Amino acid sequence: MTSTVVPRVRGGIGTSVRRPDGEPKVSGNFAYASDLTAPDMLWGATRRSPYARARLVRIDVGPARAIDGVHAVLTQADVPGKPLFGQEEQDQPVLCDGEARFWGEPVAIVAADDEETARLAAEAIIVEWEELDPLVDPEQAVADGSVYREMRVRRGDESVSGNVVVEGYYETATQDQAPLGPEAGLAIPDDAGGMDLYVTSQWIHIDHKQIVDCMAMEPDQIRCHPVGIGGAFGAREDISVHIHVAMLAAVTGRPVKMVYDRSESFVGHVKRHPSKGWYRHEADAEGNLVKVTARLILDGGSYAHTSRAVLANGAYFTVGPYRCDNIVVDAAVTRTNNPPAGAMRGFGAVQTCFGYEMQMDRLAAALDMDPLELRRRNALAPGDPMATSGQIIEGSLPTVAVIDALEAIPLPPEDVDDDPLLRPGGTGLTTSKADVVRGVGFAVGLKNLAFSEAFDDYTEARVVMTSAGVEVHTAAIEVGQGLVTVCQQIARTILGTERVAVIWDDTSRIGSAGSTSASRQTQMTGGAVHAASEALRTKILQTHDGDELRADGVYRSGGLIATVDEICADGPVEEHVRFRHPPTTTADENGQGDVHAGFVVAAHRAVVDVDPELGLVRVVQVDTAQDVGKALNPQAITGQLEGGIMMGTGFAVMEQLVIRNGVIVNPTFTDYLVPTFMDAPDVETRIIEEGDHWGPFGAKGIGESPTISSTPAIVAAIRNATGKDLTKVPVLPEHIIGD
Amino acid sequence: MIVRITVNGDDRPFDVSGPDSLLSVLRRDLGLPGTKDACEQGECGSCTVELDGALVCSCLVMAVDADGCEVTTVEGLGDEDGLHPVQEAMLETGAVQCGFCTPGFVVAGAHLLDRNPHPTPLEVKEALAGNVCRCTGYGAITRAFELLAEPHPGDAQTGEES
Ligand code: FES
Ligand code: FES
Repeated sequence: MTSTVVPRVRGGIGTSVRRPDGEPKVSGNFAYASDLTAPDMLWGATRRSPYARARLVRIDVGPARAIDGVHAVLTQADVPGKPLFGQEEQDQPVLCDGEARFWGEPVAIVAADDEETARLAAEAIIVEWEELDPLVDPEQAVADGSVYREMRVRRGDESVSGNVVVEGYYETATQDQAPLGPEAGLAIPDDAGGMDLYVTSQWIHIDHKQIVDCMAMEPDQIRCHPVGIGGAFGAREDISVHIHVAMLAAVTGRPVKMVYDRSESFVGHVKRHPSKGWYRHEADAEGNLVKVTARLILDGGSYAHTSRAVLANGAYFTVGPYRCDNIVVDAAVTRTNNPPAGAMRGFGAVQTCFGYEMQMDRLAAALDMDPLELRRRNALAPGDPMATSGQIIEGSLPTVAVIDALEAIPLPPEDVDDDPLLRPGGTGLTTSKADVVRGVGFAVGLKNLAFSEAFDDYTEARVVMTSAGVEVHTAAIEVGQGLVTVCQQIARTILGTERVAVIWDDTSRIGSAGSTSASRQTQMTGGAVHAASEALRTKILQTHDGDELRADGVYRSGGLIATVDEICADGPVEEHVRFRHPPTTTADENGQGDVHAGFVVAAHRAVVDVDPELGLVRVVQVDTAQDVGKALNPQAITGQLEGGIMMGTGFAVMEQLVIRNGVIVNPTFTDYLVPTFMDAPDVETRIIEEGDHWGPFGAKGIGESPTISSTPAIVAAIRNATGKDLTKVPVLPEHIIGD
Repeated sequence: MIVRITVNGDDRPFDVSGPDSLLSVLRRDLGLPGTKDACEQGECGSCTVELDGALVCSCLVMAVDADGCEVTTVEGLGDEDGLHPVQEAMLETGAVQCGFCTPGFVVAGAHLLDRNPHPTPLEVKEALAGNVCRCTGYGAITRAFELLAEPHPGDAQTGEES
């Protein structure tokens, strides 16, 4: 999909333009959901379950209602419509329905004059529980049949075997997205029994559907608005405060605001599925993969959320960007009383990449082969069938090119700076120089683009030419990644003018843009803006019989024949499109089918310094070569690569929600460590441009790739430094010290 | 009690009764939501302000203890003529994604440059290690301070050396 004429325009594609929301953000003037207020506004608060599983014996809201300044105290009995919500399967009660199924499950909500009163009132509610035995062991859950989905993938001949066999068992912990902005929302009732909602989200239309159902309102009575978001990474794909603020606003007739504090945020959104994976890789003597056998268990926790789709990704990405003709994969995602899991950057492909890349290293060692050579030999390329689904790879997939480009990046010097701060342990100053061992490791990762398995994946955009400039209307959510700039750049390039503004429309003004997830918005909303802009350009040129559109109007043979004012003489001119990617299919009973819309590949190399005696690690450098299709905004790409690597670094060496018998024991930034500036590795990036078969100008989404293979690259480097067989992430000091 | 503080050069008295933090008073009572609240535990630096010239997490300062103090928030940096150099540099290098951490980095970064106009990359890392950014991986923030740390013609230091 390419534009026929690509006029030269400032701020078009391929340039690193400044983001339009940058200036308000650096000045403190950008309005995030948690900053919003309204006249007469009340504050909401939530009472939660103190048990992972318990029967609700009695609830008495009287003491809370009696507090001065309290305007409403609501329980499940007060939900006006459908009592359950959920994105894929509606299985989660809006408020506890008689049994709490996870620690921190909302039980009752309160609206009061101020935040403090609301919190006190929530605590004043009397709740009696009968504690029940929680199901927290995913393997037990599989045995009990307590699963959201099981998948079976079979391809080729199960009976073949290879000369060289490696087996491994790998575990990944629960990672939290920990976006800096908290869950927050404001509901403002209108005069007609409806309301406007301003809530942190990644997909306002899917929120809207669930809120309308639970509130028993007509769709046009509720308008969900895009709002300033402080990062998301998957945490905002599911409902948080939405229905609660709506209920409180409807009952009190006043605006109601709710903001989670950090500890509440840790229980108030879904997390990355913890995983267990068993892999058996078989190769011939030359190192060609012959068969991969894998079993995968993801724990989905207490409610379904997006677990079914996450499992599909896990199962289909058990082999990675490699060819293999014989596949036996069994996968399950469990229903337990652990905190609910759902979307997080990488969406199922992170857990398996750790497994298959550890396996590829083991296989290289068993074959006495260079690990990158083994990967090149098996590299998946366009025209090959994907190992698991059998789908023929269309578009671009530069697996070998990313490996080559990565390898060509020079390694950092062994010992540039002897500052003790730059040793493992950092500011702890515990490591002496003589104890430091350096290691280097590699990993390559594969990810699908946009929604899969026959999901009707579309996004709408409306592009309007006015005398004052071009407006791009969309309901896509900007979470910080820079979609706003990419939309401007695409419209500028096609319409020949720098004056492009992105207008965030609410759910009543435009159709869905789909979720800001699955690395999809550059391609999907970008694709819609591309298509609408092309249609608008064609329409304007045809109307005025011109051959070129520039900032000042329509040109024919180099001469201006209609100014922008003349183009808009009868009012603004617009095109509204609904854009879809090439259709995908569901799979057959063996998991075979064209289930994915496209693929993206990346490679990472990590350099670490380790103090093996103390078990301390410093991630010195993580380099990457990334398949981008076409680079629309190089600076924004670098930002995604560096940010994604940082999140992968966190998962490799520190980030872990510790959950004991269903209870999160470290729900604070004091105890759940995220990487700081001192933990940040240096990063060198290379981008590989080979245009894809769909998407604006051949661009691919790259939001998730950097988080997928950075983690196993770092673990491989630690293994290279220590010789330890590290099979769990995060790698903690005890894993390095122990035998 | 009535607490008298000066915020960004203006007298801003307010009435406080409970155990409110300086952060919540700034955001809720004084209409200055630029200072962000992301943990209320002194762990993330989103709420960083200058208090009588010292860098503090405003979530850890009791509002009553700020009585008689001068506070500078992100809204007080830059002037009518334009952005503060830290703000400008962060825009230039793409150091702003979601931007939730940005006010904290702007205030802490301006404070650093006041005291050390040419910080080394390691000095920048150390000085800003109390500010968490979940989006950028800190790379673009590093590059912003590299821009700022370059000696400029006319700098006192450059003059002395030449
Ligand atoms: S909000 Fe003050 S340090 Fe996080
Ligand atoms: S830009 Fe999002 S937390 Fe820093």
